[in-house]
Amino acid sequence: QKVSVEVLDHLECLALVDFRDSEGVERLQKAIQFADQLHEVNTDGVEPMDSVLEDRWCLYLREDDVTEGNCTKELLENAREKVEEYFVAPPGNIPLPKLEERDTFLQGS
Amino acid sequence: VLNRRCVEAAVMTGLALNCSINKKSLFDRKHYFYADLPAGYQITQQRVPIAVNGSLSYSLCIDNKMSQMVTKTVRIKQIQLEQDSGKSLHDDTRNQTLVDLNRAGVGLMEVVMEPDMCCGEEAAAAVRELQLILQTLGSSQAVMAEGQLRVDANVSVHHPGEPYGVRTEVKNINSIRFLAKAVDYEIQRQIEELENGGTILNETRAFDSKLGCTVPMRDKEGKQDYRFMPEPNLPPLILYDAKSLPANMNHQQVINIDWIHERLPDLPSVKREKLVEQYGILPEHSFTLLNEDGLAEFFESVVKQTQMKPKKVIGWILKDLLSYLKQHSLTVKESPVSSSLLADLLNLLEKKEISSTAAKQVLAELWTGEGKTPLEIVKEQKLELLQDQKELEQICQAVIDGQENEVIMMVPG
Repeated sequence: QKVSVEVLDHLECLALVDFRDSEGVERLQKAIQFADQLHEVNTDGVEPMDSVLEDRWCLYLREDDVTEGNCTKELLENAREKVEEYFVAPPGNIPLPKLEERDTFLQGS
Repeated sequence: VLNRRCVEAAVMTGLALNCSINKKSLFDRKHYFYADLPAGYQITQQRVPIAVNGSLSYSLCIDNKMSQMVTKTVRIKQIQLEQDSGKSLHDDTRNQTLVDLNRAGVGLMEVVMEPDMCCGEEAAAAVRELQLILQTLGSSQAVMAEGQLRVDANVSVHHPGEPYGVRTEVKNINSIRFLAKAVDYEIQRQIEELENGGTILNETRAFDSKLGCTVPMRDKEGKQDYRFMPEPNLPPLILYDAKSLPANMNHQQVINIDWIHERLPDLPSVKREKLVEQYGILPEHSFTLLNEDGLAEFFESVVKQTQMKPKKVIGWILKDLLSYLKQHSLTVKESPVSSSLLADLLNLLEKKEISSTAAKQVLAELWTGEGKTPLEIVKEQKLELLQDQKELEQICQAVIDGQENEVIMMVPG
């Protein structure tokens, strides 16, 4: 089963990933095939595993103590644009243009 | 890493809302892009949340009359722990969004209710009760204006007997009053749209408090695919109770549901019942007492310091004290009249040393907060009730003598 163009387009919009060329898509196909091997195992009646450490891995609960902060200057250093202590972003998400309007190899498929 | 206090708060809130607490709950990643979500995903509990299947009871006044209250219930679908995003401020004039990341990553509880409410008034009453419960538990100070409690309203309409209609989600509601307005506006809008032959879009709308209406929110890119996946960095959250308590675990890492349950404070509904039972006041009085921060404590403090019966004290608290505070936009804590001053005044009244009219006069003087005691004011303004019969007769006679022509009827004694 090959991955359809619709799904590839959907993935490019969702994850902002660029399959770039047929090699990229082929890599994805192979990854899916590899993962599909999991279906060969019969898991009827078996609880899904959360981690190989099973019961030994306990969720660590941290005390409600403030141990760091006051590093505004360092945090804002990464900002391309700032206004007072706010990061500046575009007014909203700029979604990837529709398939027909994009310059992507997927169009040809 | 998960903060222990968040878990305790969620368990307390779940118990207070009659939920089943899931002893094992899981964390997931919800992926989407937005400027206030720097990681590109939010950790939440999509598969198995910490608490499910609860209920919240609240009261409504019928026909705006406080004396006729009816109790309603809204089912709680679930409570989940999740991460907060940053805060976006939209600057339309400069075509940009300002993002404050201070609260990004901080834990929060989302309480999901079933669609059991039918109008703005019910939604407002339910949220108000939830607010009081959260404040009583200490889970949150729940001040909506400061974003400590945020409400998104999901609204749909349908003809009786038919399935629920398409719902819209209304955001940007900043107070309980606006919640009622937003819900009622949206119900009306949807009804009008349908009656005009239109359809309702499953969209997200924002409430515009200035215009009192809801508007479509921009940049909601249609139906989102969040690609939920288990959060790899957080293993399952395991909670214990008295029976399942592990023997050899560091107790700082253990959360015991029963231990928390035993230490739950009295919820507002229980406090109201106790006030009614202990002091003989009316149910609607207990609602008002709990509705104002500090008022119930003030009332009880006055009752302790005065011989006047609570049923009479409540009138002074709810009518005189509260209306004054409201007029001057003061909280109970800011009251220039303390509970002891009021108690002193009511004692004078109770001992019949002054009349109730005089008492109101003294109270008016006490509001100025000049520090005089009720007794001082009474003496200054000569408001004492005359106990001496002869003196009374003399005064009455003088008045009658002076007003002979006006005297039409005289009642002896």
